[in-house]
Formats: sequence, structure tokens, C-alpha cells
Amino acid sequence: MTALLEVEDLVKHFVADRSLFGRPTAFIKAVDGVSFSVDAGKTLALVGESGCGKSTVSRLVLRLIEPDAGRIRFEGRDLLALDANQLRAFRRDAQIIFQDPYASLNPRMTVSQILSEPLGLHDLVPASGRRERVEELLRLVGLEPRFARRYPHEFSGGQRQRIAIARALAVEPKLIICDEPVSALDVSIRSQILNLLRDLQDRLGLAYIFVSHDLAVVKHIADRVAVMNLGGIVETADAQALFASPRHPCSRALLSAIPVPKPRAKRSRILLQGEMPSALNPPPGCRFHTRCPYVIERCRVEPPQLLADAAGHATACHRTAELPQAEAIVPADSLSPSLERLVAAFSGGKEVAARPGVDIVGAMPPGFK
Amino acid sequence: MTDAALNTIPIAGVHADELESPTRRALRRLFHRKGAVAGIVVIATFIVLAVFAPLIVPYDPIATSWTLVRKPPSALHWFGTDDLGRDIFGRVIYGARASLMAGAISVGIALGIGVPFGLLSGYRGGFIDALISRITDAMLACPFLILAIALAAFLGPSLGNAMIAIGISATPIFVRLTRGQVMSVKVEDYVEAARAMGNPPWRIALFHILPNIMPALLVQATLSIAAAIIAEAALSFLGLGQQPPAPSWGSMLNSAQRFLTNAPWMALWPGLAIFLVVLSFNLVGDGLRDALDPRER
Repeated sequence: MTALLEVEDLVKHFVADRSLFGRPTAFIKAVDGVSFSVDAGKTLALVGESGCGKSTVSRLVLRLIEPDAGRIRFEGRDLLALDANQLRAFRRDAQIIFQDPYASLNPRMTVSQILSEPLGLHDLVPASGRRERVEELLRLVGLEPRFARRYPHEFSGGQRQRIAIARALAVEPKLIICDEPVSALDVSIRSQILNLLRDLQDRLGLAYIFVSHDLAVVKHIADRVAVMNLGGIVETADAQALFASPRHPCSRALLSAIPVPKPRAKRSRILLQGEMPSALNPPPGCRFHTRCPYVIERCRVEPPQLLADAAGHATACHRTAELPQAEAIVPADSLSPSLERLVAAFSGGKEVAARPGVDIVGAMPPGFK
Repeated sequence: MTDAALNTIPIAGVHADELESPTRRALRRLFHRKGAVAGIVVIATFIVLAVFAPLIVPYDPIATSWTLVRKPPSALHWFGTDDLGRDIFGRVIYGARASLMAGAISVGIALGIGVPFGLLSGYRGGFIDALISRITDAMLACPFLILAIALAAFLGPSLGNAMIAIGISATPIFVRLTRGQVMSVKVEDYVEAARAMGNPPWRIALFHILPNIMPALLVQATLSIAAAIIAEAALSFLGLGQQPPAPSWGSMLNSAQRFLTNAPWMALWPGLAIFLVVLSFNLVGDGLRDALDPRER
């Protein structure tokens, strides 16, 4: 079976400076040779620090930004060979959900207009059936159909993100790129949206590329994880394998930053020293060597290859085999017994059970219940 | 349907005023401003007078009478008569037609040319943007009125040509305003989302960007109408606009200047009309700007 999406050696250098005559003189190497693949119905998480190029990758995959080099294949088709019309047709297959639900919905369009636009653009539903389809989409993301006539500013952040998800679903895509979809939301809303995304994946067979810097969230949703550092992938593995035994020092540092709800848990924290190097002038050799606690001379000279083991766990590090065991960076999944009870009390029942504390300010107007 | 498994979330804490559309909210805020309301009333009055001028005006505005030269205001001629014995009241009201039309049509021309070029320039960028921007800069280097006079003189004296001249002179402001607004709006996530949705560029420009820059354009258009009315009066004063004997506030002022001391009413009424209309458009423009400002509620 071929993968839904295959990306090979993707490169994007942004021009950072130009000479007097407009010739580019400096580049930001935002994405520098990234390869990965996503299977249908699965979730690939792209994780990494701010500025490592993960959002750029997500836009390159949709050709919202044109890559400088590399190959992107969607169901075997070469995306970079599509002309403008074919590209618009491809928009049916892949959609994107943005980080900030306050910026991603056009403030001058009603929910109904936002959701019916894609239906008309791609001739999915005849004009007479659009209202029904909009209501169906709203129900699909857990909103009431009567909200269709309202404007985005009348909704809370979580509800807006649901509308954004509904918009992405309107074209019945096979792949949705989630660019930090819960980072701008309250912690209490996050799990609702994540559960919604997972539920939709199960029901509609969606594949996700889930871009995040929040590994706790990634752990909740990803099947496979790719860790990025400074425009390149340093480690990729099945989510379980990566969280159980991260190999690359960069992944370990990221994982050790996940807060664990056990204050007295024994864990080894890895605190990186120094600034993240600039993508304008990345260091030679391994791009992590300036901050790596295990750096040796070879790292400064020779860039490591991303090499996979038999289980498909790939690492780009010269010292993969020599590094100490990564025990107890993320302690086992169990919570302390008292916390467990608390979590059970709050996660029991449906999402509505948690609602009163979630997005209600002030009294409900009469006629709402 | 498995929809039952997913629960619907009622919208919460919504007050009545949050449920109105942005347009209704702006209108409500506009009508809370006394200055703007007064401006709207004055403008509406002048529009009604201009439209129904033939029914209101008691005398033919171009009929001369040697027995009625420069008579002061009286019960028969409320605003007095001019140096050819024409009724000034009628001429002021017919002059409102020329002025309001000049304001509306010339700003319409400026919007019609300026907004498409601004959209193109701001959205496409690159060489087209550089070209349009340099032309705009060159036009803005000439003072508005000087450019209008030069163009009107070039096109030949008539009210239609004056409107075209004023419209073209007001265009660069709209190109630049539109371009700037487009550039700030086109990086918004919702525009990227529209692109990801498969919208062709013209649809993004017209349906996603244009509605979001409308408030700024509306404010500028209102203020530009005031400037255009003054420009029309200036051109008519110089003889480049409305041609005699048809009345225009500017040409009335021109003929009044020779009789300022012995027939001041000849200058007073058209001057007052220009003052009132221009002030009103400025008040409405300022009111709109405040009402459409998203930063205050």
C-alpha cells in the first residue's frame, strides 16, 4: 500500500536580505531536506521548538508556499506538477486548521457563508441542498445548526475552532493539516477539541499532520511522530516508541519538558544550554551540536544521516548507539491515585458535563435550556 | 446517525448586542453621535431639495429680469436676487444638484479606478505593485486642487469634465489606501484559509479581502466627497466647471465677488451652502470612522 502523502527532500529557503539590485544575499533555511510519509487515516505529529520549520512544512505540503526543491506525492500524484486549476481541485483532498481561531474565520461572513463557500467552489452540493449540508457539518463538530446565521465574533474560542474544523471537513478531505490547533485554546477546551479531532478521524478516516510544540498533546493524538530541529527531521518513530525511548538528544530534551502531574516523580530533566542557532546561518555538521550535551568532534563536521532501525525508528545522530538509556524522561503513564480519581470525576460523562466551567461567562439568556 | 454521540454545545453568555452583525453595530454606534446625525440630516435635506428642485423652486433659476437686479432678501425673493435679477434661492437649490452630483460622481470615479488598482497592487505585489505605486506617488506629488485644475483645463470647461478631473485627482488616495489595507489583511489566517479552500485569486480579493477593507474605504469616500465638492466649487469659480447660465455654488461666488460690498447676500447663500454641506460630509466621515473602529465597543 502506498502512503497517502509522501514528502521527499523538501527544501524552502526564504530570502532574508537582498543586495541593492535585488539579488538575494541571505537565506533563512526554514526547511532543509525534510522527508516523511503519512498513511491514510493516521496521524503524523511534527514536533519541535518554535522556529524549527514545522509550520512551513505544513504549508509547503499544501502548496500554500511554493517549495524550492523536493517532491510531494499525494496518492501517488506529483503535487508540484499541478497547474493552478489542478491545484484548486486538489484542495478538496487536503485542508488546514489554523492555530488561532480568532484569526482564521472571516469576520464579515456568517458561519453559513463560511461553510457553504467550499461546497459551491468545488460543486459538491447543489445550491438547494447547501443549507442542509451546513447544518449537518455543524452537528458533526458538535455545534447547534441554528448557529449558522451568526457571525464568528459571537462564538468562544473553542466554538470557533469547531467552526474551522467544520470548514475543513466541508470538502470531505482525506488529509487535514492541524497547525497547532489547540495551542491558542484554554487548557480546559483543548481536550474537547482533541477528542473531537480523534472522533472525526475514526468516523471519517481522516489522516492528520499534527503540528505542535506541545508533546503532551501529541502523545494524546499521534500515531507517528517526527521531531524537527532547525529545518530538518532528527528523529521519527511510532508515537509509543518515541515516548518510551527517545533517542536523539533533541527529542529527549523536548520530552523532558513535558510537565508530569506527579510532583515527586523521579525524572531526569535535560536542560539545554545556549540559544537556538539561527536558521540564517545554521551550524555545520549536526545542527543540534551547539546545544547537545553529548557532542563530540565528529558532530561539528559531519551532518548525520537519518537512519532507521528494523522497527522503523529513525534517528539522525552519530552517537545513537552510544547514548545512555533514556529512562524516566517521561515516567509511565499512571497518575497518582488521588489525581486519578479527580481526572475520572471530571472526564466522566460527556463533554457537556464539563461545560459550565468551560466557556460560559455570565448567566444564560432565557430560553436556552 | 452517530451524531447523537457527539453533543451539541449551546452558545453561552451572549447578550443581545453581541448578536448583531458588524454593519448593524456600526450603524447603531453612528446614530449615537450627535455630530454625525446632524450631518446626515443636513445632507439628506440637501439631497431632497436637489432631487425635487423643480417642485420647490418658485422662479426659473436662469430667467433674468432687469427690474430685479441685486435686490436684497425679501418675501418674494427669500435669498435676494443677483446681478442679472435671477432668484438666488432657486439658484442655490439648483446649485446643490451640481455640487452633490460632482461630489458623488467624482468620488465614484476615484473609487472605481482606485480600488481595483489598489487591490491588484496590494494582492499581487511584485512588478505590478511597483509600477502602480510609482504612478500613484507621481500623482500624489501634485497638490490635489492643482492637479484637478490642470486636468479640467486640459479636458475643457464643463461640469462633466470637472467631475472627471476631480475623480482622477482623487484616485491616488484610494489606490494607496486600498493597497495598504489589502497588504495588512492578506496575511490574515482567514485569507490563507480561503486559499487553502481553493478560491481563485479574484474571489479572494473580492469576497474575502474587499469586505474587510470596506470600512476604511467608506470613511475615505465620505471625506473625499467633501473635498470634491470644494474642488467643484473652486473649478466653477475659475470657470472650469459648471458653465453659465446653469447655476453652481462656485460660479455664483465668482459673480458675487464684484458686488461683495453692495450685495453681500449674493456671496452669503452659496457660501453658506458649501460650508454646510462640506461640514456635514466631514462630520459623517468622522462619525463613520469612530463607529467602524473595531477597537472600541
